[in-house]
Amino acid sequence: MIDPGKAVKTTHAEQPWPVASPGKLIGGVIFGLMFGFLLQKGGVGKYHILLGQLLLQDWTVVKIMMTAVVVGMVGIFVLNHFAKINLHLKPTKLASNIIGGLLFGAGFALIGYCPGTGAVALGQGSWDALFGMVGLVAGSWLYAELSGTLKKSVEKWGDLGKLTLPDALHIPAGVVVAIMAVLLTGVLFALERFFPR
Amino acid sequence: MSRLIPSAVVSLALFPLAAWAGEPAIDARIYSGPAWSPYIVGTGIGVLSWLTFYFSDKPIGASTFYARVAGFIGKLFSKRHTESLPYFKENPPRIGWEFVFVLATIAGGFLAAWTGGEFENEWLSPMWKARFGDSIALRAAVALGGGVVMAFGARLAGGCTSGHGISGTMQLNVASWIAVICFFIGGIAVAIPLFFL
Repeated sequence: MIDPGKAVKTTHAEQPWPVASPGKLIGGVIFGLMFGFLLQKGGVGKYHILLGQLLLQDWTVVKIMMTAVVVGMVGIFVLNHFAKINLHLKPTKLASNIIGGLLFGAGFALIGYCPGTGAVALGQGSWDALFGMVGLVAGSWLYAELSGTLKKSVEKWGDLGKLTLPDALHIPAGVVVAIMAVLLTGVLFALERFFPR
Repeated sequence: MSRLIPSAVVSLALFPLAAWAGEPAIDARIYSGPAWSPYIVGTGIGVLSWLTFYFSDKPIGASTFYARVAGFIGKLFSKRHTESLPYFKENPPRIGWEFVFVLATIAGGFLAAWTGGEFENEWLSPMWKARFGDSIALRAAVALGGGVVMAFGARLAGGCTSGHGISGTMQLNVASWIAVICFFIGGIAVAIPLFFL
């Protein structure tokens, strides 16, 4: 028997902007809500907390990031070890990572928000985030315009491909995870000792 | 005073520019702090990373959203030109996980601010006003320019504070550790003269 629902030819060719499957989108919505909620509660939607970090006065941002990295890292490597998840590694391209990183940081100081915390700031009614977000769209376009040239130049310099610390150091992943967990936890204790906020 | 000494030591060790922070005209810590402990929020984001890897096969990231929006707008004006750009060839603008994730982040930020009585509804942060005055135009110009530089840097480096700073570092990706260190060097190098000169 022919299922009429399946007999209908569905095509996305006419859609100007392709849409991912509903399952993917629902996951994105639920996890995005949680991410935004946590970041706002962590205070990192606030201009003065983000700038406070760059002025080395308020260490909230680094504390949140390092804690997330320790907790996330242990879980990710355990799950990956038991083949439950895939890693998603971005290639190491020394010149791009360094130059792009420095530019990103300079922009961060000027906006006072980063791409994720800017979204949170907008949600909490800090409307100046809108200016930054418009700039982020414009900057993304600028990169896309120049992407052909950049791919043939800067992005070729120091291209090491996908590279993890365990690979680079020739040490088993489990050992590096353990060392990093102890090291970062130690840094967090020291930070808390000297910078209560 | 007891807090200033270790802060000065760390600052000097981290970056020579921070020496200018000797007599800070502005202290970011006089403004409101985070609602929740950074360790609780960081742990939450770490666990959230397990969930996004496990259920969505995606690392948390925010900057891609802005590139998608740039692509959507580009396609409205010139479909052919947009599709000819190498970046959009490799990353076609689509309404996917990364796109709805950041939209939901805005909503999550709103929910957290609303439930916590922290909905700001303001165009300028108090710390910005204390340093640069009441001009919204000045704030808009600086944030727009900052946004352009930041997004360009994020695309060149391959990610932002979320994609590299949290998701990449927890996978022990060499690119991400280089990028996040450069984010902070660039940010500190611009923020300190911006507020202390």
